[in-house]
Amino acid sequence: MAKYGMVIDLNKCTSCQACVTACKLENNVQIVSPDDASEGRTMFWMKMLTLKYEGDYPNVKPKAIPRNCMQCDEPPCIKVCPVRATYKTEVGIVAQIYPQCIGCRYCMANCPYTVKVFNWYKTEQPKEVEKCDNPDVSVRPKGVVEKCTFCVHRLQIAEEKAKAEHRKLQEGDYVPACVEVCPAKAIYFGDLDDTNSDVSKASHDYRAFGLLEELGTIPKVRYLNAIE
Amino acid sequence: MAYQNLNDEDEVLFKPIYETGRGFYVLVAILVAIFLFGLGCYIRQLILGLGVTGMDEPVTWAFYIVDFVFFIGISHAGTLISAILRLSKAEWRRPITRMAEVITGIVLAIGGLHPIIDLGRPDRILHLFERGRLQSPLLWDVTSVTAYFTASTIYLYLPLIPDIALLRDRGGKLQNFYKILAWGYQGTAKQKHTLERAISILMVMVIPIAISVHTIIAWIFSMTLQPGWHSTIFGPYFVVGAIYSGIAALLIVMIVFRKAYHFEDYLKEIHFQYLGTLLLIMSLLWTYFTFAEYLTAFYGHEPEEMRVFLYKFTGGYAPFFWLMVFCNFLLPIIILSNRKLKKLPGILVASIGVVIGMWLERLIIVIPTLANPRLPYPTGIYIPSVTEISIFAAALSAFALGFMGFSKLFPLISIWEIKEGRLQSVHEVSKRLREYLPGHPEEKQVEASVKAEI
Repeated sequence: MAKYGMVIDLNKCTSCQACVTACKLENNVQIVSPDDASEGRTMFWMKMLTLKYEGDYPNVKPKAIPRNCMQCDEPPCIKVCPVRATYKTEVGIVAQIYPQCIGCRYCMANCPYTVKVFNWYKTEQPKEVEKCDNPDVSVRPKGVVEKCTFCVHRLQIAEEKAKAEHRKLQEGDYVPACVEVCPAKAIYFGDLDDTNSDVSKASHDYRAFGLLEELGTIPKVRYLNAIE
Repeated sequence: MAYQNLNDEDEVLFKPIYETGRGFYVLVAILVAIFLFGLGCYIRQLILGLGVTGMDEPVTWAFYIVDFVFFIGISHAGTLISAILRLSKAEWRRPITRMAEVITGIVLAIGGLHPIIDLGRPDRILHLFERGRLQSPLLWDVTSVTAYFTASTIYLYLPLIPDIALLRDRGGKLQNFYKILAWGYQGTAKQKHTLERAISILMVMVIPIAISVHTIIAWIFSMTLQPGWHSTIFGPYFVVGAIYSGIAALLIVMIVFRKAYHFEDYLKEIHFQYLGTLLLIMSLLWTYFTFAEYLTAFYGHEPEEMRVFLYKFTGGYAPFFWLMVFCNFLLPIIILSNRKLKKLPGILVASIGVVIGMWLERLIIVIPTLANPRLPYPTGIYIPSVTEISIFAAALSAFALGFMGFSKLFPLISIWEIKEGRLQSVHEVSKRLREYLPGHPEEKQVEASVKAEI
């Protein structure tokens, strides 16, 4: 079985946020009202996280990284879920079962990366966006937790297509929306167990690191440090 | 049928059941209004979603979880204290145990509902039973809280049976109700023996269950990886805090009902002195645990731990933190270690302080950790919404209503245990005392000297 992972090269990343937008549209992530956003209820599965600001105004150099779900190999969120609404699939994706979630938000409290978001209200997209809704992804009801799934619906589609064409899944058949859209080609995606894949090679690069690796969560999203 | 004075020795204890003043109804009306407002707020939350609360992205657990931990903590008043006092044969327990057990029953029911109020999908609550994962601390919690609720209601009911039989024999209102609940108790030697045996089995069982309940609530937090929660002493720390707030709540209830129902002859200064001393001991224990918890965090100086630490000591939650230190440490210790201040008004002030302080302690444990995630997200400060505050107010008035309702159906002080104390214990205790003393006096001599004294 494959073990999907992602490596984000911070040397190439321009912080353009195309991945953030693509993710929002691909996964029908709710666009919340400005009032809610100011209360800290913005919903992003992929988000730019500013790690630090260097220099003084006006010569500020923020160091930001794209941050999605780390798809941990030892996920703290799965451990605490009382109803198995979140679980790890065979290919290593930490998936959510929305109809099973009771909304206790224990997984959110235990995620060291704070990647999970909660549906505080009923999902209501602005009219303009409704037309763009992706029919492949279910809209989450109010009161459940959601997060990045590595666009798992794309994997299902790719698998079915490969099956119909009587072949095995090849590298590049399945990529999440953020990877596809990245104009700088800064995101590598693929099978971490396949030693020939780009992502596997990149994850063993000397610049590679994982966020909060010291916690033993074994994140499958890794970063390549920016070196100037 | 109106109240009849049967000139029982303990007539005062029966009186509140049959006679109700006007003030009682006024208070009930006010409390019901508060409760209904809170209920309305909850229904609104059910319809609109949890967005009506003040919770946001990093602070995903707030008021409801704080109140849950707080109420379950208060529930340790009862059963645990009453079981320990019974077990250690403390004779002064007799007028106290009933009230303590009632607090437990009511507060557990209220506290146990709070996690359900906090759920995003309360309609799916049965998933916990259909496909619950025992690996999750939340499931341990469901298990232990239900076990505690079952054990403590039975533990409340059993010592109530002889009193219900007394009420049944008096006749008057609700006769059939008492007849069913009394279970045919006639006070025969065999019945009494069975009852006492059942009570003593239960009181031994109830202590580990009570301790497990609050330990597991602490584990919900300490099993996570979050700074400020991931601590090994959380289990015992929460248990100490729970007993601490429980004794304080018990003292408040005792003082209020002593005044309202004229129990002055039963709840004497000495009872408050003893419980006050217990409160002082728990205050010192709590302070010791708090000091140990924060000193290790500070000395280790891990950056993530320090962010939470400083948020409590100097940051956004500093006012609450220092108010907690005042309420839980300075105030009770000053009042309870000073003989002049350790009178009823002083004990009442200290107890109210402790209850407020323990609520703040739960707040300070739950929120600062969530407000300071490990990664540098921009975070604001959590402010509870009207919904959350009114549901808290509703919970408090539900407690008061439950207690007042109970007092109109059953005696708040165990009548048969008082009578038993009068008839048997005086003799038993003097005999026991003599056994503690050096020498081996003959059985007959002891009997003779006891009789001479009486």
